[in-house]
Amino acid sequence: MDMTPFVDVAFLILTFFIMATKFKPEEPVEIKTPNSVSTKELPESDAIQVTFDSTGRVFFSVLSEKDPKIKYDVIKNINDSRSLGLTEAEMKNFVRAPAVGVPFSGLKQLLAIPQEDQKNFKQPGIPLDTLGGELYYWIRDAVGTFSGRKLQYLIKGDNNAKYPAFKQVLNAFKKNEIFKFQMITMLEDAPAGSELAIIRNRERAASK
Amino acid sequence: MASIDEGGGGGHKKGPGVKKAKKLSTRVDMTPMVDLGFLLITFFIFTTTMSSPTTMQLFMPKDTDKDEDQNKAKESGALTIMMSKDNHIYYYEGQLKEDASNFKQATFGSTAIIGPNGDSVLPVRTVIIRKKRDVINAHVHDAGCEKIQQKAKEQGDPNWQKSCLDKDLVVVIKPGELATYKNTIDILDEMAISDIRRYAMVDLFPIEQELIKRTEGGN
Repeated sequence: MDMTPFVDVAFLILTFFIMATKFKPEEPVEIKTPNSVSTKELPESDAIQVTFDSTGRVFFSVLSEKDPKIKYDVIKNINDSRSLGLTEAEMKNFVRAPAVGVPFSGLKQLLAIPQEDQKNFKQPGIPLDTLGGELYYWIRDAVGTFSGRKLQYLIKGDNNAKYPAFKQVLNAFKKNEIFKFQMITMLEDAPAGSELAIIRNRERAASK
Repeated sequence: MASIDEGGGGGHKKGPGVKKAKKLSTRVDMTPMVDLGFLLITFFIFTTTMSSPTTMQLFMPKDTDKDEDQNKAKESGALTIMMSKDNHIYYYEGQLKEDASNFKQATFGSTAIIGPNGDSVLPVRTVIIRKKRDVINAHVHDAGCEKIQQKAKEQGDPNWQKSCLDKDLVVVIKPGELATYKNTIDILDEMAISDIRRYAMVDLFPIEQELIKRTEGGN
């Protein structure tokens, strides 16, 4: 039997998957985000992201796909303002780290660990209180570093996280005079018959 | 394992002393390559995440102590939704009555269920849609309305005439201490689904906390 067309198709599919695959960045915690009908796409650059897991541990990360240098500037800024005494190598390590979730007192210890072994280190989360805690300083210094550029604020939370954790994260942003957020969710269709579905159908018909 | 064809036996013989020329076949056994190809396909199928994450916008107001800066909501157009543990939702319309007779339970599901007291518990979406319809039916045209219509018209909204019908509708979202992040996002999503333009997220009042505690304690 001639298998050639079959093999051709198989390799076509293989090519498609290779092209379509985008490896998701490794994160210190696994987060299952809620669903929403929102269709806005996730930014890759010029954004800071605050992640909280189901137990309320908070992590901070800087998304700067296009400009990795800015991430170095952020940690340098924090190092100076909080006088953490990080070495050059430790700051470079921060640039490679996907997210950090330790108090300032433990940051030096975390960044002394090589990147590959960091995932085995249990991070306790950035301390938070009703006034924003240490997360306030993280946000303040990151915003200061990006000054003059349009920055987006992403919040990624776990389905089972409790509302107070979310509220405290919002408070840390609010204390920095930031009131516009984007919550990371998974796309879900607008329920049939709902007003949103009607509006979207109308828009789709108008664009044709 | 490229197989080599031994050549056909029916070649032309040019003479008794001429040896048969060996013909090398161009056919190569492709099985290992195909195997590897499928292995890679399987690998990529498993690692690909097709649904890409999206983001949902949220605007929070600035905390203000001054009373005159607070947005005043008309009582007739207010709907308060409270979330608590185990995905419980409660709501009331307008002001909470002294005897809490308008304090009711709702559900995240899409169909009504029978509550603990034998009354039917409506899906929260139905509650929101019903409230919106009531507000639109009770709508009275006034000067403030003109402004909203004018603004919508300038922005090129094809339905600008309808843009102010629901201007009195305000949904107040009050997630409790025991509500999950998912509950909060789900309710914010309901606002997008039912096209509610004015909503706010605030904390529970002590009296509401007390009511929820009493209701849940009885369950």
